Amino acid sequence: MQPFEAVVEEQGAMVMRICRALLGPAEADDAWSETFLAALRGYPDLRPGSHVTGWLATIAHHKAIDLLRARARRPQPAADPGEHRSGITAGPEPADTELHGALAQLPDKARLAVVYRYLADLSYADIGALLECSEAAARRNASDGIAHLRRFYEEKES
Amino acid sequence: MNVPTDRQIVDDLTAGAGTVTDLAGLQARLAERAAAGGLLDVAYRTTDSPAGRLLLAATPVGLVRVAFELEDHDAVLEELAGAVSPRILRSPRGVDDVARQLDEYFAGRRKVFELAVDLQLARGFRRAVLEHLCNIPYGTTESYTTVAAAAGNPRAVRAAGSACATNPIPLVVPCHRVVRRDGTYGRYRGGPAVKHALLTMEAGAGA
Repeated sequence: MQPFEAVVEEQGAMVMRICRALLGPAEADDAWSETFLAALRGYPDLRPGSHVTGWLATIAHHKAIDLLRARARRPQPAADPGEHRSGITAGPEPADTELHGALAQLPDKARLAVVYRYLADLSYADIGALLECSEAAARRNASDGIAHLRRFYEEKES
Repeated sequence: MNVPTDRQIVDDLTAGAGTVTDLAGLQARLAERAAAGGLLDVAYRTTDSPAGRLLLAATPVGLVRVAFELEDHDAVLEELAGAVSPRILRSPRGVDDVARQLDEYFAGRRKVFELAVDLQLARGFRRAVLEHLCNIPYGTTESYTTVAAAAGNPRAVRAAGSACATNPIPLVVPCHRVVRRDGTYGRYRGGPAVKHALLTMEAGAGA
């Protein structure tokens, strides 16, 4: 088994991409740390031959979604009582906040497929295995997800 | 209207991710949090010395491994992952003090190491040999025969030699102070030149 340090070296940037994509820069560091702490805890029990990238991408996705849910539950500042938020929404980040929000609000399978395909660079065969669906369904989910994000640009420009 | 490519969308999503300085700081904090949470089983660092680049690895019990440059450090870390635990991170915890004391030793300013050691990589007779080695004073030597007897089995001279040759904590557990009765050096993990240099240094500093 590889020393965990080697896993952090090899996968650190990939995990950061997932955390950034779902949370934006402000909370990404927290999600990154939570991801690797959880991974470190479970690492000795990881079965030999496991797909380490897929395993870590899944943990990173869970941790980022946990933080998004915690953010949604947090009481909003009393200053703007009119802007009550519910569900998963992106926080008050500038610029591309809405793009992160659009990714966060995708259906689970589409969001995971986008994360696995576009952020973790996994093959559709591996994604199908992780999502427990066919390779073709994995491809459809990723393509639906990215098409949804593309619509966000179109709406912004119109 | 410009329709963005997949790559553009992904770049917008991940803007600023993976800058080297960011990750280095996060990795350092990860090791601290892992240690605080009892999840850091082996901490390691490397240090430069007159005997070449050394790998120093410690468990919460103490120093568990010192590896010379000619042992492949990556291979040593993989061995530790199998023999001790794969929860291994680069961290100063427990090894910065080792590096400092080794510096002092190589500068001739330290004759006794004040360090906790973890001998879990050696068992049985080998472990008894290593425990005895810790009692051989700076600047002196013993024969493999003497060491075998002191470790409880006077006839196990070859096993004593092999215990010294595979000492997981060379330098700090001073296997270099064990020589053949004919005065030749015997096997050493750091190579014969390093063993010779250490004995020469210790003899000079002791004079």
